[in-house]
Amino acid sequence: MAAIKLDLAMTLGDFSLELSEQLQIDGVLGVVGSNGAGKTSLLRLLAGLDQPRRGRIDIGDHCWLDTEAGIVVPTHKRRVGMVFQDARLFPHLNVTENLDFAAQRAGGSAPAWGEVVQTLGLETLLQRRPTGLSGGEQQRVALARALMSAPQLLLLDEPLSAADRGYRDELLPYLRRVIRRFQIPTVYVAHTLDELAQLADQLLVLRDGRRAAVGPIAHILARLDLPEVSGRDEVGSVIDAVVRDHDPAYLLTQLAFGDQTVSMTGLIGQPGDRLRLRLYATDIALATEKPEAISIRNILSASVQAIRVDPGSPSADVLLTSGGYAVRARVTRASLDELGLVEGQSVFALLKAVSLASD
Amino acid sequence: MIGIEWQAVALTAQLAGVTTAILLLLATPLAWWLAHSTRPWAGWVEALVALPLVLPPTVMGFYLLLWFAPDGGLGALWLEVTGQPLNFSFAGLVVASVIYSLPFATQPLQAAFAGVGPGILEAGATLGASPSDRFLRLVLPLSRRGYITAAVLTFAHTLGEFGVVLMIGGNIPGETRVVSVALYEAVETLDYGSAHRLAAVLLGFSFTVLLLVYGLNRRLSFRLGPGV
Repeated sequence: MAAIKLDLAMTLGDFSLELSEQLQIDGVLGVVGSNGAGKTSLLRLLAGLDQPRRGRIDIGDHCWLDTEAGIVVPTHKRRVGMVFQDARLFPHLNVTENLDFAAQRAGGSAPAWGEVVQTLGLETLLQRRPTGLSGGEQQRVALARALMSAPQLLLLDEPLSAADRGYRDELLPYLRRVIRRFQIPTVYVAHTLDELAQLADQLLVLRDGRRAAVGPIAHILARLDLPEVSGRDEVGSVIDAVVRDHDPAYLLTQLAFGDQTVSMTGLIGQPGDRLRLRLYATDIALATEKPEAISIRNILSASVQAIRVDPGSPSADVLLTSGGYAVRARVTRASLDELGLVEGQSVFALLKAVSLASD
Repeated sequence: MIGIEWQAVALTAQLAGVTTAILLLLATPLAWWLAHSTRPWAGWVEALVALPLVLPPTVMGFYLLLWFAPDGGLGALWLEVTGQPLNFSFAGLVVASVIYSLPFATQPLQAAFAGVGPGILEAGATLGASPSDRFLRLVLPLSRRGYITAAVLTFAHTLGEFGVVLMIGGNIPGETRVVSVALYEAVETLDYGSAHRLAAVLLGFSFTVLLLVYGLNRRLSFRLGPGV
C-alpha cells in the first residue's frame, strides 16, 4: 500500500491543475476525465517529468517534491515505473536488453526475470527488436520493463489507447495478471470506463484540473451527478460477489452479494471465490411487481435511491440499492413516468445480462 | 614510389584525423546544447557556428591570420604558453581547421540529438537512468549515424581545405604543406605529372574512406531497422 499525499498547483498556458489529496493506494487507482482534464499531467507530475509551479508530493515516508523547501527528487531517483501511451522501447536494444536496462538500474531489487517474462508472455520475443513487434507486443514489453525497475509506484498512462485499437482485448488480461501478481500500487489513467471497471479499486474523477470525485469504484460508478461516469454508453455498476455453488445439470453458477443472488451461465470459479460483476445500466429493466413466467432468471429486489432525468434525453438514470450495492439502471423517461417511480420505492430489477468484470 | 610527395599526403591525413577527433569531442556538448536550449541567444550561437558554411575561406583565413599573429588574441596567448608562434605551424592549422569545420561536425550531431526525442529519454529516467547514464547508453548509440556523418564531413572538409591553409599556414614542408597546397604549387610550376599523382592519391583515398563509412552505415541501419 502506498500513502500518497499530494498538494499540487501548476499552470501550462491556459490549463491549470490544482489538487490537494491524500490517497491510500491499495491496488489500482483509476483516473478518468475528459480530454484536457489533467489526467496525464497528474502522472507526469508524479513521475517528476514536469514540475509544478508550487506543490508537494509525499509517498509514504519519502518526500519527492516540496517547492517551499526546495526539494525536487529527480525522476530517476523516484522509483516510479511508467508505461506511456506509446511504448517508448529503446530501438537500439532487443527485448532482453530493454528489460536488462531496467533491471541493472533497480539496484538488486528487480523482480525475478522469469516471473516477469512469463507473466507477460514474452518468451518468444526476447531476441526481437522493438521495430519488429506489434503494438500490443511493444506495450507488453514496456510493462515488463517498468516492472523490472522495481517501482514503488506504477503509473499507467492510457496503455490501451494507442493507435492500434485491435490489441486492447489482447492486452487487458496481461494487465490484470500484472496487477494481481506484483501488487504494486498503481495509478491508471484510462479513456474508457470498461478497463477501469475491470481493474481499478478506487476512482478519481478529474474535471478541468480539479478533483470532481474520488472513492471506491463502486461508489463513484453509482453517482448520477458525474457526467464523466454517466455520459457514456458503458455506464454501469460493479459488484463484488461470492461464488455460492454450481449447478452442473444446468451449467449455471450461483453468486451472492448481500442478501441477493444472481446466476450466471457456465461453471465459473470455485465456491467461495470473489468475482467482480459488471452490470451495464442499459441491461437492467425495472418492474414494480415481481414478474411471473419470464425467462430472465436474475431478478433483484431493490429500492430506488435516486432518479436523474435529463429533459433533453429520452432516457433517465435510476440509482438502486440492492444487497448493499449501488446499481444503476437506465430506462426511458416514458417508462419512468408510466411506472410512476419515486425515490424510496421498492422495485424489482431484471438483469438481462451479467458479465464478469474480471476473471 | 618516386614522384609522390608522401610527406604532404601524411600531413594532410594527420591534420584531418586530429581535427576530426577534436571536433567530435568539442561539438558533442555544443550540439547537445543547441538541440535542447530554449534560450533566445541560442539562435545567435547557431548562426555563429554555421558561419564557415557561407564565408569565403580567404575571409575566414584573413581574420584567423590576424587573431593568430603574435600580437593577436590567441597568437599571443599561444606564444606565451608554448613559446612558439601559432601562425605558419601545424598547431595553427589544427586550430583553424577546427573552427572552419565546426558546422560540419555540429549540425549532423544536433540533428541526431534532436532526433532521439524526449520520449525515449523520459522512459530512461523513469527506469532509473541518471542524465549522464541516459546520454551514454541511449543518446550516443541512437546518434551513431549522426556521428558517422559528422566524422566523414569533417574529415573530408579538412582534406579539401585550401584557402584557410594558404592564408595562415603557408607552405612549409612537413609542417603546413598539405596536399591541396602541394597540388596547387605543382600546377603553378606546370609540373602536371606530380599534380596528377597527388590528385589521384587524394581522389582514391577520399573515395575509399566514403565507401567504407557508408557501407558500414548501411549495415548498421539494416540491423537497427528504419528510423534509427
